[in-house]
Amino acid sequence: MVIGKRSYQHGLPGVDLEELAGTLIVIEGPDGSGRSSQIWLLSRWLEERGFAVEQMGLKRSKLVANELEQAKQGNVLSPRTMALFYATDFYDQLENRIVPALRAGMVVLADRYIYTLLVRDMVRGARIEWLEPLYSMAIIPDAVFLLDTSPQNILERTLGSRGNLDYWESGMDLGIAREWYDSFMEYQRRTREKFGELVARYELQPVDGNRSIGEIHEDLKTRIVDLLGASTAV
Amino acid sequence: MIEPALRTESPRTESPLPGRLIAVEGVDGSGKSTQIDLLYKWLRSHGRKVFFSEWNSSELVVEATRKGKRRMLLTPTTFSLIHATDFADRYERQILPMLKAGYIVLCDRYIFTSFARDRARGCNTEWLREVYGFARVPDVTFYFHLPVEMALDRLTRSRQQPNWFEAGMDLGLSIDIMESFRMFQGRVTDNYMQLVEEYGLVKLDATAPITEQQRRVREDIVRAIDLEQFPSRIEHVVHADYGAAPAVFEEDWRDAEGEW
Repeated sequence: MVIGKRSYQHGLPGVDLEELAGTLIVIEGPDGSGRSSQIWLLSRWLEERGFAVEQMGLKRSKLVANELEQAKQGNVLSPRTMALFYATDFYDQLENRIVPALRAGMVVLADRYIYTLLVRDMVRGARIEWLEPLYSMAIIPDAVFLLDTSPQNILERTLGSRGNLDYWESGMDLGIAREWYDSFMEYQRRTREKFGELVARYELQPVDGNRSIGEIHEDLKTRIVDLLGASTAV
Repeated sequence: MIEPALRTESPRTESPLPGRLIAVEGVDGSGKSTQIDLLYKWLRSHGRKVFFSEWNSSELVVEATRKGKRRMLLTPTTFSLIHATDFADRYERQILPMLKAGYIVLCDRYIFTSFARDRARGCNTEWLREVYGFARVPDVTFYFHLPVEMALDRLTRSRQQPNWFEAGMDLGLSIDIMESFRMFQGRVTDNYMQLVEEYGLVKLDATAPITEQQRRVREDIVRAIDLEQFPSRIEHVVHADYGAAPAVFEEDWRDAEGEW
């Protein structure tokens, strides 16, 4: 395991990346791709093996999570202000949760990271030239697993668990289609395309998300064992 | 990993807009708000199309800013981003539409506030310019220069102590709030001086008499902007600034048009 981290471009003010000894593992993919199940299983598995685990997700910062939720209800956010709000939320958690956990040598399991934020805004027409620098202080994770799941499977899992479709996850704000189903499928297709563009650029590791929860979990475990090496308690 | 040449949006190379953009900058206590208020009222009283926008005033982030400051949750990065969100909201919903509609837009603080202040907090200069890369550089920006000791003096006379963030107490420069203010605002002032060079801000002496400063401001504006091109088409029957104006005043103003 390599001690020390790097960021994509600029460092974080007041943070020495070299002293961050922990491991940052990111699970990426759209809602309904099976992320949260995998995070839960991995978290339990890692703790059994003696690793201290810290979880992180989007929209969980104390600072702006409520504002973000309220603003999403009220249709007052433009793509740019939404991007800046999400960036504030992201950096708040990066600086106040991830950095201290990594400094303490923990394994941080991130339920999505900057890639979801890039994709969401790219689909909405934001320019990558502006977006990428915004997130350029992000710490480069040790591994990013992208759950690559077909829109049809995402649709079925979403309907199976929620019973209906989410306005934003269906891209209804984009005015693609009047029917929620059509909008959802097209939005998921575009999202998958944009994730695809980021795979090489950010070294994301695609993981076939169309398999059973157990199969995906075994796959992720194998990859993480490679990453963490022999440094386990059992 | 990203090619630098691809990174920044460059609004300076975009086509010119019908409106004009004027900003004032300077540390707290420099009197910049007084000056831009006088300029605003002067332009309005001469029937110009003018709009005023203030730093950190968007309803979108008011609550988050208040909460963040009260609970001291803000890091230099999130402090900067919250202000960028406020700015982007005002820029997209007010400033840019007003410029496209041919208004003279006056801004009390603009992107240079972030460049000077957030950099003093340790934010990366290049990152700050990229985050604010969507914003146009104003036609004229006045920087009201006030030595740090004078700023502290003005501040303590009005309310005893500087507040936590304007003293940069979040940086842990000194446990003495006065000393922290000197160090932090000293850095901010140094940064402003660099921006004067780099962006051609108009540096004014904030210790000069108010009327003297305002005379300079008006002279510069008249020189930089053909004010005749910005007549207001809306008749101001009620002036929010002074209350209802008698009808006879309205006519006087119309007569006075053209005399700058």
